Amino acid sequence: MKTVYPDSKGRYGQFGGKFVPETIMFALEELERGFLEAINDEDFKKDLEHELTHYSGRPTPLTYAGKLTERLGGAGIYLKREDLNHTGAHKINNAIGQALLAKRMGKKKIIAETGAGQHGVAAATAAARYGLECKVYMGEEDIRRQELNVFRMKLLGAEVIPVTSGTRTLKDATNEAIRQWVSAVEDTFYLIGSAVGPHPYPKIVKEFQSVIGFEAKAQYKEMHGGKLPDKIVACVGGGSNAIGIFAGFVNEDVKLVGVEAGGKGILTGLHAATMANGREGVIHGSLTYLLQSEEGQIQEPYSISAGLDYPGVGPEHAYLKFTKRVDYQCITDEEALEALNILCLEEGILCALESAHAVAQAIKEARTMSPDENMIICLSGRGDKDVHTLFEQQKEEDSHDQ
Amino acid sequence: MTNRMKEFQTQKTPLFVPFITAGDPSPEATVDLALALQQEGASALELGIPYSDPLADGPVIQRASLRALKNGMSLEKAIQLVSIMREKGLTIPVIIFTYYNLLLQLGEQKFFELAAQHDIDGLLVPDMPFEESKELHEACQQHDLSFISLAAPTTSKERLGEISRTAQGFLYCISSLGVTGTRTSFAKDLNRFLENAKASSQVPVLVGFGLSSREQMQQFEGKCDGFIMGSAIVKKIEELGPELVNEETKEKAIAAFSDFLSKVVPVKKVYS
Repeated sequence: MKTVYPDSKGRYGQFGGKFVPETIMFALEELERGFLEAINDEDFKKDLEHELTHYSGRPTPLTYAGKLTERLGGAGIYLKREDLNHTGAHKINNAIGQALLAKRMGKKKIIAETGAGQHGVAAATAAARYGLECKVYMGEEDIRRQELNVFRMKLLGAEVIPVTSGTRTLKDATNEAIRQWVSAVEDTFYLIGSAVGPHPYPKIVKEFQSVIGFEAKAQYKEMHGGKLPDKIVACVGGGSNAIGIFAGFVNEDVKLVGVEAGGKGILTGLHAATMANGREGVIHGSLTYLLQSEEGQIQEPYSISAGLDYPGVGPEHAYLKFTKRVDYQCITDEEALEALNILCLEEGILCALESAHAVAQAIKEARTMSPDENMIICLSGRGDKDVHTLFEQQKEEDSHDQ
Repeated sequence: MTNRMKEFQTQKTPLFVPFITAGDPSPEATVDLALALQQEGASALELGIPYSDPLADGPVIQRASLRALKNGMSLEKAIQLVSIMREKGLTIPVIIFTYYNLLLQLGEQKFFELAAQHDIDGLLVPDMPFEESKELHEACQQHDLSFISLAAPTTSKERLGEISRTAQGFLYCISSLGVTGTRTSFAKDLNRFLENAKASSQVPVLVGFGLSSREQMQQFEGKCDGFIMGSAIVKKIEELGPELVNEETKEKAIAAFSDFLSKVVPVKKVYS
């Protein structure tokens, strides 16, 4: 059951790899060397741990959701509280890790891509903390939709650069960040936001997010006399919080469930369900499942939650689906909104719309499980950023009711 | 390797390989532009396939891709265009420039069938570095196609040796870091890079990325065997776009295009 991947070419089975222009190969090789040196360096590990503890607020709690469990009458539900991190989501784990790596490699500047702005805020935060110059590439369309996060990044001293190519959203911002990285590779580090992109990025992001899984495992075992939970549920866009929590359990006898955004329903075409509906293809340097036209043009995904709105998925997830180690499911906008409300009312936790997809799937599955069983939901982020969307949604519903 | 490619390799230098995006501003115009390029001294043609996410390209070629996609261009249709070019007298080698995903979705077998059927001479996949391309490289060889390899100023000497040892058709040396697009300065170690490339390559060494004038190319004379020009040409096509698709102004636009070429093509030589 023990798996050793990625291989030396960055492949997870047939997935992953480095499908990038030759000009970037040098930078990826340098990055891989820098990363391997860093994670084998005790001082680096100590610095990282120190920052996660004293700056980000780790370890995050594992909360028993007693009222929710009672309401559903099935499996016991635990929440891994990544929403309690500094800046409000798991994104900061990766941003701190990569920013420290950038510094160790002697880079003075970081660039990052962002969709809704969550990773942009995390990157800008880490850049401020570690004295790095920060540029964030963001699609023009997203800048318009996420004004407040743009302002937040600017408050943190980052420069937000509008991307006007393609569909002017996350995938184009990522293309642009990669393009700019190539031309400034000597002093610039590309701080990618999810477990996607060319090798070694998926491996790096997993390494820095795996703290979620190993912490949750230790916390759960401590509470249950050394036993393991029966199931883990996490939402998947690019898939960094999911790959992080799965890392603690993938080699154990624990069921793993990844939840993609079903948007307005798979049949409408308005969704981000890459694994349910995509075919193998190449995006951002990685071979993975991809939403694309028959000819291979990349399609724009849709979800109410901007963080799940990615046409590809991390290559390790593609492999975990292919090998059937993880069960991938879809949750629609409507189901996610309902789950968000339930969690608010039962546990007093306003989670992010992304995380609400995991909650919705967990609610479905908990009902069918026995009260002797337990599951952990990765609550990847808090919902403060979504209040505006929720408010608008509520107004719309009220107007329909009248 | 096709006979056309063999002949290309023995032409007098500097070789000149222009890039145009298939379907920009229209499929018909692409055929006319290819013929004008040959007329003005192109030694081979790089035919770019439009893609939604062109990672190696700057704004000029990105815009051309979007226009071509709106015109319904695809890898298969672009290859089919080459037969029309051949019927109208195109004799220079044609190299298909496509991002890997398009090739993956079409299927390699289908690609090779189409390539044979429509007289294609080479394949260039900009997002497929040496490590990922071994099998495709060999498959191309089996199908008499030249798989064009790229090297960059940041490519280590050892790696450059490996890349150029197996290079087919010509070796594409990238002049500068970053994406395609015209620029005024090139990578600082460019001369040494070109010397190393020349020393290890069995095929002609061509310089591309950022070239827009004859003066720029003169800087490299003697250091390479020729040049690739993309964005400067695609930009000209963008300017002439509306005229190229209008029956009444088409001829005038092609003449303007030829006039532009006559000022940038390194050595004027009509292919015969």
